[in-house]
Amino acid sequence: MVSRSDARAVDPGSELLRVDNISLSFGGVKALTDVSFDILRGEVRAIIGPNGAGKSSMLNVINGFYHPQEGEVWFAGEKRRNPKPHNIAYQGIARTFQNIALFKGMSTLDNIMTGRFTHMNQNLLMQALWRGPAEREEIANREKAEEIIDFLEIQAIRKTPVGRLPYGLQKRVELGRALAAEPELLLLDEPMAGMNVEEKEDMSRFILDVKDEFGTTIALIEHDMGVVMDISDRVVVLDYGKKIGDGTPQQVRSDQTVIDAYLGVAHDE
Amino acid sequence: MFYRQAGDFKTSYRGDIQTFPLKQDRIGYYLVLAIAFLVVPFLLNDYWVSAVILPFLIFAIAALGLNILTGYCGQVSLGTGGFMAVGAYACYKLMTAFPEMNMFVVVLGSGIVTAAVGLLFGIPSLRIKGFYLAVATLAAQFFLVWLFNKVPWFYNYSASGQINAPERLMMGFAITGPNASPAARYLFCLVILVALAVVARNLTRGRVGRSWMAIRDMDIAAEIIGVNPLKTKLSAFAVSSFFVGVAGALFFSVYLGAVEVTEAFGINQSFLVLFMIIIGGLGSIFGSFAGAAFLVLMPVLLKNIMVGGLGWPTDIAAHIEFIIVGGLIVLFLIAEPHGLAQLWRIAKEKLLLWPFPH
Repeated sequence: MVSRSDARAVDPGSELLRVDNISLSFGGVKALTDVSFDILRGEVRAIIGPNGAGKSSMLNVINGFYHPQEGEVWFAGEKRRNPKPHNIAYQGIARTFQNIALFKGMSTLDNIMTGRFTHMNQNLLMQALWRGPAEREEIANREKAEEIIDFLEIQAIRKTPVGRLPYGLQKRVELGRALAAEPELLLLDEPMAGMNVEEKEDMSRFILDVKDEFGTTIALIEHDMGVVMDISDRVVVLDYGKKIGDGTPQQVRSDQTVIDAYLGVAHDE
Repeated sequence: MFYRQAGDFKTSYRGDIQTFPLKQDRIGYYLVLAIAFLVVPFLLNDYWVSAVILPFLIFAIAALGLNILTGYCGQVSLGTGGFMAVGAYACYKLMTAFPEMNMFVVVLGSGIVTAAVGLLFGIPSLRIKGFYLAVATLAAQFFLVWLFNKVPWFYNYSASGQINAPERLMMGFAITGPNASPAARYLFCLVILVALAVVARNLTRGRVGRSWMAIRDMDIAAEIIGVNPLKTKLSAFAVSSFFVGVAGALFFSVYLGAVEVTEAFGINQSFLVLFMIIIGGLGSIFGSFAGAAFLVLMPVLLKNIMVGGLGWPTDIAAHIEFIIVGGLIVLFLIAEPHGLAQLWRIAKEKLLLWPFPH
């Protein structure tokens, strides 16, 4: 399968990403207040919470779409200084979206090849000539893309325009596009939203396989608690932009604050 | 003779990513090239070259250029006429300043100058999108035409304000000026068109082309993947303007010979090229050719039928021609918004099964 640099597998369990005291607000609306947590190499880290808890905002902070007013983001041992999203891709963070954000006019293969963007660097002139370096680079990356296609079992739809694919497959192609970048950290924003049970099982299997075979660290937002409890190693719980729980699925499940947030609290006199 | 993909197996990725994966398509392509280079030059006369063939070749280059910007990268431009003018005036200045310069170099240089100007006018595209960008490029159109009228240095202080292409030879044959033969002018433009079409195809099938399409389809997701939006949009503006500039240079030097900027490169030209790519098919190399052929040939054909065939007065025929061409454009947009290229794709898909659809 996709070969990994040895450096990446060196220290499983060491810290890959840490957010320190992140506060983010839009005008008067506070999306995140003083949130801190870490993501360790090789783990599946779930971010859960009720609607509007700030989960997607958190991903957007990690992604560089939002720059928090307060707090720091540390990635791979270095403090980040308000980078642009396209710089962050080069650092090794890839992502899928809550609402599918595929390139609708392109085929499955082209979508996945676009995911290889950070691994290609032939300039315009070489591209215009095509023969030589540009073609070699294209073919080398095509081989990588085909590995992803094999891994996700989407060979049959390789050349189909993604707009024509059913929802579940589109989600899978989007995962493929993110994987094609060979990221160190993969952010999944509700990878199972709107899926039926079989599709959820498939997707869960792919997520666990990605972790095991590629050694990719995964942070995911998901509302299906069964899935979250099954596949994640640690869970962070947000509510109203604040962190209210952090720990293994078992710990979180039995945490009274978390239960209150999800089920509501009885207010007696 | 059946059109089939069965049995045409690919054993390498190189074979799979070539421009014409089907052997029959490849043969057809080489056949068309051979006819265009070896047969057509002997059949040409002055009327055909001036009325049909040269405008087709030159507008195909412009359409390729605009299609890269609008079709592939999703940035609408109404400045095509203005950028063609930049190419034409760059060509004129180069021809008069360096009389010994090879015409290929002159045309290439005109393209590069236009690319630089296009880059400049592409900068607003980072902030504004869609119709608003179209209006911004409209400003480029009017500003550039105004500039070439206003600053006498551009037309070498000639009394008429026109620019005239002096005679230039290529391998002993005149390709510009009054003595240029139809075949020489045709071949010069054809060589450039074929080369640029190959370049356009190469750019759009690789990394750069995918980054353009990514910006067009979903700019946020493109950014997440590592595509720098500013760099990508500007590269599309530069490449597109290069093509359009080359088209402008040829339009002036080889086709018209003498140009008055307001007439030759007005807003009409911008719309004409935009219609070409809409009718031909956005985001398709073939569509650029088809659209250019359609909009160049259709008026000539209609005119020949109405004036030559039916003997109607020219002025009435000219008006009816407007009505018909306009009507066809509307009809096209309603019936097949993806243009002639889509019709071609559908025809090919049908042909793959014909005559045994089961």
